[in-house]
Amino acid sequence: MKEKKYDILPNSELKAEDRDLFCDARPVPVSKLNKYMEKLVNWARANSLWFLAFGTGCGAVEVRPLMTARFDAYRYGIAGRPTPRQSGIILIGGYASVKTLKRIIRSYEQMQNPKFVISLCSCSINGGMYFDSYNTINQIDKYIPVDVYITGCMPRPEAIIAGFNKLKDRIKAGNAEGANKYAENFDYYKANQKKIIKDWNMPDYNW
Amino acid sequence: MKTILNSVKNIEQIFGVLAKKIQRPDLIFITVEKKQVLSVLSHLRDIEEYTHLVMITAIDYLEQGKFQILYLLHNYKNNTDLGVKTFISREDAHMYSAHHLWGQVATYQRELHEMFGIDFPGSPRVNENFALEGWEGIPPMRRDFDTLRYSQETYNFRKGRATNDPKKYMKKNLHKE
Amino acid sequence: MFDLDRKKYPKIDDGKANFELYSHKYLKLWHGPQHPGVTGNMALELTVSGDEIIDLKTHVGYLHRGFEKLMERRRFIQCFPIVCRICVPEPDTNEYLFSAAIEELAGIEIPEKAIWIRTLNLEMTRLASYLMWVGGQAGALGLGAVGQWAIAHRDYVLDLFEEMTGARVYHMYMVPGGVRGDFPQGFVHRLEAVLQKCEKLIKDAKIVMLNNSVLQDRLVGLGIITPEMIDKFGIVGPNARGSGAKRDVRKDNPYLKYNELDFEIVTETDGDGFARLKVRFREMSQSISLIRQIVSKMPKTGKFHVKTPNPLHWKIPVGETYLKAESTRGEYGFYVATDGSGFPRKVTVRGPSYTHAVSLLEYLGVGVNIADIAGLMGSLHTYPPEIER
Repeated sequence: MKEKKYDILPNSELKAEDRDLFCDARPVPVSKLNKYMEKLVNWARANSLWFLAFGTGCGAVEVRPLMTARFDAYRYGIAGRPTPRQSGIILIGGYASVKTLKRIIRSYEQMQNPKFVISLCSCSINGGMYFDSYNTINQIDKYIPVDVYITGCMPRPEAIIAGFNKLKDRIKAGNAEGANKYAENFDYYKANQKKIIKDWNMPDYNW
Repeated sequence: MKTILNSVKNIEQIFGVLAKKIQRPDLIFITVEKKQVLSVLSHLRDIEEYTHLVMITAIDYLEQGKFQILYLLHNYKNNTDLGVKTFISREDAHMYSAHHLWGQVATYQRELHEMFGIDFPGSPRVNENFALEGWEGIPPMRRDFDTLRYSQETYNFRKGRATNDPKKYMKKNLHKE
Repeated sequence: MFDLDRKKYPKIDDGKANFELYSHKYLKLWHGPQHPGVTGNMALELTVSGDEIIDLKTHVGYLHRGFEKLMERRRFIQCFPIVCRICVPEPDTNEYLFSAAIEELAGIEIPEKAIWIRTLNLEMTRLASYLMWVGGQAGALGLGAVGQWAIAHRDYVLDLFEEMTGARVYHMYMVPGGVRGDFPQGFVHRLEAVLQKCEKLIKDAKIVMLNNSVLQDRLVGLGIITPEMIDKFGIVGPNARGSGAKRDVRKDNPYLKYNELDFEIVTETDGDGFARLKVRFREMSQSISLIRQIVSKMPKTGKFHVKTPNPLHWKIPVGETYLKAESTRGEYGFYVATDGSGFPRKVTVRGPSYTHAVSLLEYLGVGVNIADIAGLMGSLHTYPPEIER
């Protein structure tokens, strides 16, 4: 293991007295288990998809029908959780304004491994109809790693279920490596994030 | 019952009106001088029964170098709307604060301060962020702020995004002649 | 409600508590934006003493897209896909107001049948939005089952919308000159079937919610709006009607066909969360009755659209207007100014949550228990995107 790569984070935007309050360790990629164990663990991961109930944009309005009686995603092991500590998936509900992006990053970094990102709606892929807006970002995957995109404005609940199934397949195949990608390319993501979030009054990595 | 025309007539006699436009029988826009606005609003609220403030908004007239501020009031007795407009200079953009008249005015003034850069001295929390966070540069709703260029410079487009100019595209595909 | 020794709490005077934040006695707590009890995406910055809120600041702007700027650089017809996105559960009010404002400025008369279809569309979206609200309000106060029923029934209404307009959530159905398409065959029968289901739901939800002693304990006396506050804060819609104000844009300034329909303004006098709940339940039943009236009075044949100029070269003469309609949250208005070019000069949206969620909530939230703030937000029916647009 290379020691140089996992040095401490500077937290340079924080005040000196606040720096002691926050952790300064970098995220570390999780190494794989042995072949059969990894398969078993991936099977378990794929069948308990708990997502963070954070309505970041207008796509979140279709999450309510998804979770209630008609589409009832609970039967697939999909459940909404109120806090990032308990959830494994963050649903990006469409366009993310700069102010929300800051909270998305904070929530994403607080989530425990293994964690995945599903991005709804066209706006988070390439700007969608807000491509010329001064306050919404155009490409969400420059700021956090995305495992599955669901297109549409807005995607129907069936499409969201299909997206979750796609994520299941990816997890079972061992391809949903967004969190490791984030840890490996941490400097790239951080530089992109800091470029657009002007008042960065939080630590570099929110454990 | 007082009609909207009576109210406008009273305003004309007491404060003077620069311009008047009857859009519908129940919607009239009047333009008054900047220094008269607060008195006109108080008069309308307390005497002419325009007790409900619908909204405050601004328009940037870049060509003429001024902002138009519109206060829209509603009268629940005769169900009419009256818009009070005034023009302020674009260079030294400030306006008298009306936060003491209605509870929601301070919020509108915070928004106008952030989006247009119009200052309202004395309005509570006017310098706090409203919708934006850490915004630098010209306020976004001003006419000379180019939102497309800002978006292209700040948030890169994904490669392969196809854009069509609607005028050319529709000429080619729909309206051939 | 509770007989507590309030000596240790700071004194609250006219919605403002007298306290010193840096005395280390009080705690600052963020409620949102990532919080399941917050409607939409907004944040409340609470200062609490014990479990009582003594200061509250609303933070909005998490959904700000700058619609008013974007519309300045889009042609009139290009504005239509984006106006409906200002309010997600109830997009048709935006579509109607924007197209009606353009029609007024350009001098277009729309046919009789289009007016009726628009009225029907607005009432259906009112029913859908109220169903979603009932689910949210019940969920915020711990009655998850009602949320399941109500949102499932909203889906039946969305299915009707899908059949009529082609889209589930954002319809883009009303365009200048009328509506985009005619009724599908046999629509009226399917509409009636859904209305009967919704009637049954309302009956059940009323039994569960209004007779529930826990819900009564929490909602009675929560967020009392007195009649004096209505004009001071610009309160509109069911929030004002819960305090006895007979104000409804559908009756005061009738638009579309509301002057030919038979309905009364629903009012309650208590002014608290429970009164607002009762107002909204009665308005849901009223909305069902209105839909039935519209369907029976509507002309069966006729044009639904008039020809409008080529949208690419469409220039609207200089003018300005303000149009308003009654949404589920109250008076919703569009101010449109044009300058003779092919683009709108300025479009300003007056969303009722602008006053309800910012200045009013900051006033009413003081003195409320932390657990009840989600219920208070629900009972004011705040919806963030129309605040910041």
